[in-house]
Amino acid sequence: MSNKKNTVFLIVQDNEDARPIIEAVEQDNPDANIQYQPGMVRMEVAGRLVVNRETVEDKVGREWDVQELHLNLISLTGNVDEDEDKFEISWH
Amino acid sequence: MSIEISSKVIKPVRMSYGNIEERFGGKRPASRYQEAVYDVQPTANFQFKPLWDKDHDIYDKSRTAIVMEDWYSFADPRQYYYGSYTIIRAKQQDIVEHNFGFVDKNDLFDGVPEQIKQVIKDILVPLRHVEWGANMNNCQITDECYGSNFSTLAMLNTMDRLGMAQYITRIGLLLEGNEATALDKAKADWMDAEQWQGLRHAIEDMFVLDDWFELMVAQNIILDGLIFPLFFDRFRAKLASEGATPVLMLTEFMGDWYKETVRWTNALAKVTVNESDENKQTISLWVDKWGSRLATAIEPIAIKAFGDQGINEVNEVKEELLARLAKQGVTIKN
Repeated sequence: MSNKKNTVFLIVQDNEDARPIIEAVEQDNPDANIQYQPGMVRMEVAGRLVVNRETVEDKVGREWDVQELHLNLISLTGNVDEDEDKFEISWH
Repeated sequence: MSIEISSKVIKPVRMSYGNIEERFGGKRPASRYQEAVYDVQPTANFQFKPLWDKDHDIYDKSRTAIVMEDWYSFADPRQYYYGSYTIIRAKQQDIVEHNFGFVDKNDLFDGVPEQIKQVIKDILVPLRHVEWGANMNNCQITDECYGSNFSTLAMLNTMDRLGMAQYITRIGLLLEGNEATALDKAKADWMDAEQWQGLRHAIEDMFVLDDWFELMVAQNIILDGLIFPLFFDRFRAKLASEGATPVLMLTEFMGDWYKETVRWTNALAKVTVNESDENKQTISLWVDKWGSRLATAIEPIAIKAFGDQGINEVNEVKEELLARLAKQGVTIKN
């Protein structure tokens, strides 16, 4: 389904802190392919993957700083576009 | 020679308990909140009616006029269960404790004008009785509610309220160098002073409400929705501008706590109102009834606190509250 060339992915640790991030990615990126691997979760999309602050805040029920993503981040591909409201990866 | 490290995936037979899988499907691991809170309360085999209430079972859906197909359709957006709640509150307690220590050690209240100190004693300190009332009311909700998601939420809220009553008490003690005079005066005001009687009457009427959901609306949505923005936001800012900055440090928790509370009260109003038109009408009726009663009860205190602006401030706070509830689907005819 995805053109291999423009696939971006985000890999986070599989723990309680990352759960809301994974849920938010699932909700905001309907095409995301989410794979649970030992100890980590790999989220893959063709084109563009976004983590929205507001969606994550809904899931955690408190204020959430986009920078908190990095605490559980293992790896990613793509060019990063990050601000206070979102963390977005895509190929430029 | 090369060593190949390969990982072996062991797929768990089940992701969670049966009741959680029934609700959320077994596709991914359940959250701690879901496992700790859902379906813990018994729903069947109540052989005996409780001695204190012959008309209801020990856990009974008919204790409220609100009808829900599934009482677990409301989930606390903060996802508090015992573990997450105590970890977060312990962190906040450390900060509050440090702030009290700082104010005490540096005698920060010495720099506050005597007349402002008196205002703190007159307005802020008696609020400990309001918090204690909130503690009682949430205890009552814990007792009578249906569903362990509600009893968890209400019990944690009960403890929060006791904690805040104690913080206010400690402010009263700090003001008088650990003498209880300010507290005694506040108690006397609460019992006898004209401006507090409307609120005291309303809170005492709430103690004896039969419907726990009405109590939930009256206490946690309406009364808190008026008291906290009015006294722990607006009045607090006014005090600070007049030189009582220590109060800012000592009531920081209340402001944070209320911001957090708004999240779940919004979610609760939304879920309940969306369930059915009957629920919507009942909730709107309660909001209307308690909204006008409690706003009127708070007015004389607001006049003491803000002077001529008092009535205005109460109206603004009430409008904000109703606008917030309207977004969740609660409609009031005016």
